[in-house]
Amino acid sequence: MMKPLLDLFLTFSKIGLFTFGGGYAMISMIENACVTKKEWITHEEMMEITVIAESTPGPIAINCATYVGLKKKGFWGAVAATLGVVIPSFLIILLISFFLDHFLEIKWVASAFKGIKIAVGILILDAAIKMIAKMKKEALPIIILSVAFVAMMLINVFALRISTIVLMLAAALAGLSIYLIQRYKDKEASK
Amino acid sequence: MILLELFLGFFEIGCFSFGGAYGAIPLIREVVLSYGWIEEEKLSYMIAVSESTPGSIMVNLATYIGSAKAGVLGSVIATVAVILPAFLIVIILTILLKKLIKNGAFQSMLGALKACVTGIILATGAYMILMNCIKSVNSVSVDYTVIIMTVALGVVYFGSKKIIKNGISPIILICIAGFAGVFVFGW
Repeated sequence: MMKPLLDLFLTFSKIGLFTFGGGYAMISMIENACVTKKEWITHEEMMEITVIAESTPGPIAINCATYVGLKKKGFWGAVAATLGVVIPSFLIILLISFFLDHFLEIKWVASAFKGIKIAVGILILDAAIKMIAKMKKEALPIIILSVAFVAMMLINVFALRISTIVLMLAAALAGLSIYLIQRYKDKEASK
Repeated sequence: MILLELFLGFFEIGCFSFGGAYGAIPLIREVVLSYGWIEEEKLSYMIAVSESTPGSIMVNLATYIGSAKAGVLGSVIATVAVILPAFLIVIILTILLKKLIKNGAFQSMLGALKACVTGIILATGAYMILMNCIKSVNSVSVDYTVIIMTVALGVVYFGSKKIIKNGISPIILICIAGFAGVFVFGW
């Protein structure tokens, strides 16, 4: 009973300890740990998790950990994974706030982080490449992906205050309309 | 009562922040400054520390501000408050999802959402790499050291997938990049 919970806790604390740059970089980490190595979830489920994390409020890391934990071991699995992903950074921040007033002015910390930021960009790109590789190569998903990419680039470059949830709502609406049109056509055809 | 304030403030952030910390920073700023917990300058520094330490940026910031305002107890309360909405929403949604998943309309929406998320993540990664390589936004000068490091790390990471099964793990890439950073940019 305890062993799978401990396994979830430890796996997610490792993910929490090595994820820099927030939730998107964590997707690569979780994919590597939970899909490739442990085979807890499939790539399809990982996609679902990513969609859920992006469409629900709150830290992406927490959304992901809760979902994987829940799938594996129900409510207590969700608790174990969420605690796991939070505790390493919780302790690190606590130490910094008590003892290191000038954390970012430490030269080697700043240098290491400058290097790590380069890796974070690569990891986020890797997460996207994996998702594209597994995507259905049909017109609709390719159009939605391209529009979302361009919109997000514009939001970033011009620092627009548009939440990603707006893009998600637009995509959901597009998906729903296509479905309804398809169904209407099918009905007409069968008449 | 600072503990209650911390809980309410970070619960609000947890409830309304979509798309990860970068998208949520304006909201976090608004909430933190409206409660008057920290001055603007100190908050910017705390955001920078939260970005440079491992883990979720939003959670790190909650821990940091909680600790600065009310010690260990404050950090626990702020952290739990920012986590709780996401935790509960995912649990409720997963239960509902089981019933919805075979619904055609829902499937169609899910497909569209997947494509949209992929586009968002692709843009976030591309933008981050671009920003790393530019020294300063105003003068548009390029940082060649960073470009070389980006290419080198990219070759190591993606190249290793061709040589060993699944390639090197993201954790190893982070470690290599950290050490390379100290070596290249100085200590």
